[in-house]
Amino acid sequence: MKTNIILAGVGGQGILTIAAVIDTAALDCNLNIKQSEVHGMSQRGGAVQSHLRISSKEIHSDLIPLGKADIIISVEPMELLRYIPYLKKDGLLVTDSNPFNNISNYPELKEIYAEIKSHQNSILIDAKQIAKDLGNSKATNMVLLGAAASQLPLSDKSLEQAIKTLFERKGERVVAKNLEAFNKGKEIATISVS
Amino acid sequence: MKKLLLGNEALAQGAIDAGISGVYAYPGTPSTEITEYIQHSKTATELKIHSKWSVNEKTAMEAALGMSYAGKRAMTVMKHVGLNVAADVFMNMAVSGINGGLVVVVADDPSMHSSQNEQDSRNYGRFAMIPILEPSNQQECYDITKYAFYLSEQLGLPVMIRMVTRLSHSRAGVEIGKRIVQNTIRLPKNPHQFQLIPVHARNGYQHLVDLQSDTRESSENSFFNSYIDGPNISMGIIASGIAYNYLMENFDDDDCPYPILKISQYPLPKNLVKKLFNKCKKVLILEDGYPFIEEVLSDYFGESKKIMGRLTGHLNRVGELNPDNISNALGFDVKNTTEIPKIVSSRPPELCIGCAHRDLFEAINQLKTENSDQQVFGDIGCSALGVLTPYQSINTLIDMGASITMAKGAADAGIHPSIAIIGDSTFTHSGMTGLLEAVIENTPVTIIISDNSAIAMTGAQDSSASGRIVNICRGIGVDKNHLKIITPLHKNLNENIDLIRNEINYKGVSVVIAQRPCVQLSKEQKDRLNGLKTASLN
Repeated sequence: MKTNIILAGVGGQGILTIAAVIDTAALDCNLNIKQSEVHGMSQRGGAVQSHLRISSKEIHSDLIPLGKADIIISVEPMELLRYIPYLKKDGLLVTDSNPFNNISNYPELKEIYAEIKSHQNSILIDAKQIAKDLGNSKATNMVLLGAAASQLPLSDKSLEQAIKTLFERKGERVVAKNLEAFNKGKEIATISVS
Repeated sequence: MKKLLLGNEALAQGAIDAGISGVYAYPGTPSTEITEYIQHSKTATELKIHSKWSVNEKTAMEAALGMSYAGKRAMTVMKHVGLNVAADVFMNMAVSGINGGLVVVVADDPSMHSSQNEQDSRNYGRFAMIPILEPSNQQECYDITKYAFYLSEQLGLPVMIRMVTRLSHSRAGVEIGKRIVQNTIRLPKNPHQFQLIPVHARNGYQHLVDLQSDTRESSENSFFNSYIDGPNISMGIIASGIAYNYLMENFDDDDCPYPILKISQYPLPKNLVKKLFNKCKKVLILEDGYPFIEEVLSDYFGESKKIMGRLTGHLNRVGELNPDNISNALGFDVKNTTEIPKIVSSRPPELCIGCAHRDLFEAINQLKTENSDQQVFGDIGCSALGVLTPYQSINTLIDMGASITMAKGAADAGIHPSIAIIGDSTFTHSGMTGLLEAVIENTPVTIIISDNSAIAMTGAQDSSASGRIVNICRGIGVDKNHLKIITPLHKNLNENIDLIRNEINYKGVSVVIAQRPCVQLSKEQKDRLNGLKTASLN
């Protein structure tokens, strides 16, 4: 069993929180993990990504080969498309629909959405709004993680436990909101993937 | 249970467990997290391991050498270009040798994710004639660091650990071992060892040359170099450091049919290389960075065609390796992958919203409209982002401190206005000597120290300059009538432009300190800065 995940976004959007939850759950299940991250210049509002690999066997490369990603999770719709060359045939795309518009030539959103929807397995959701409705827009990432959860080699229970562990020090309320966001994401995914 | 650590963190944990008494470093991507890990480690704090940031890489390495002189284990850490700054002590301490174990960690940045070049530090290691270790994964980062201190003390030489970005910034589970206690103070046995006047330096250098057979012997027997046999001798593969992982990624169940020589310790183990070379019809060399091993093994005119790698076009000459370009070099079919959709625009890094550099560049750009002869010499750090849109205020960006000295040289050539823009930490790192040079000749340059009181680009570490810039400039001899402080805020734009214009019109050295803290600073850091301000006023 080997699962390759690419996490995408813009520097400062916090994609590593998603990575941390998956890592914690995977470590708890005694799986091997490799997770490459971007530090340095690109963190200043540039495009950032993380290659996250989970396997029951030894993982060699820190980078995922082209065409071998099972899932791409993005917190920004255009950033999702930047990593399409890594997606395997029929791989899953999960993204928030809200653009992070810090460049002058940001493409037409409609075209971006159309491009995303042209992929068979894609979940395009307003995760930010969902999180906001739940009372914590910071939990956007957990909505997206929930939406991808069914494709991860980790049980919901272990992911929920990881969320508890990671947010514990921020208090019960934050833990509860993030769990809610995670479950809402799961619910939406079952509806939107046909 | 394994601990999930970045390559950098695993290395740092290895250093703590090797019994270091100090780490000396200046931040620089991709090396920064090594020192930060030690700074945040509870164990390191309890053991009083020195970990405060140094002013630059040269001061860092010299302090580490001082600790080694005292008999204790020390580590110095930098990015690849930082080693250029520390090259003087680096070359000489190979001649003097060390006392307590001394490890130099250099993190290279192939593909220049956050750097001006992709120089390969293994060349420096060979130049200094010291052993180089190049871990291939996170576990090896930990194990190799512990071994590096042992090796350093065994040979009496500094040892280099060469990292690359992808290993520095990738996490995996790491098994942590036992910690060794720190050395006690023990001065060198030979009182002349560290006295490099020619008469002693000649002895030291002869000793270094004589040690080379020992360093090679150590590589031949190293646990970190391994010959892995394979049935298909049409090709043999030498894979160094992280390249080994990318190689193995291309074979299911580690089933590579070719003999492999995995290299993680240099000088090259000649006998092992010879074994592979003689056995196989061709040899493919996989190494991240420069064609370092390949150059050693290639024949000068490239006629033998036996060696394949970056020089022969089997792999990209520039940029980092990955599983895909190695797959191509192995002759596997090019995969049919989808291209990035054409509508995707690039998203380069940018200054943070509210960043003080933004307000400074706005002023500089307005001044440019008044005088198109204006040339702006930039420097390393966040202010370097002034090269990019939307500001494009900066004409040059070369190395730490070059803004001031290049502005001086350009002014000597007749350029006016000649403006230098340098961050506060870059100024104390390498700008002060250049300022002195300009002051000595009272060269007509306008030096703007954009003081955000942090080493911002690498994550807002504490800057050595905080609370000290005015006194430093006065001490160097800047005329107090031309030492000005401005607050780069939009509401002050016109006032700031007027002030800078006046200084440009002054035909001598002016220093304008554009002072406003980095927006990324934590509340604690801001409070500490306010404390410094009060202290300096009193």
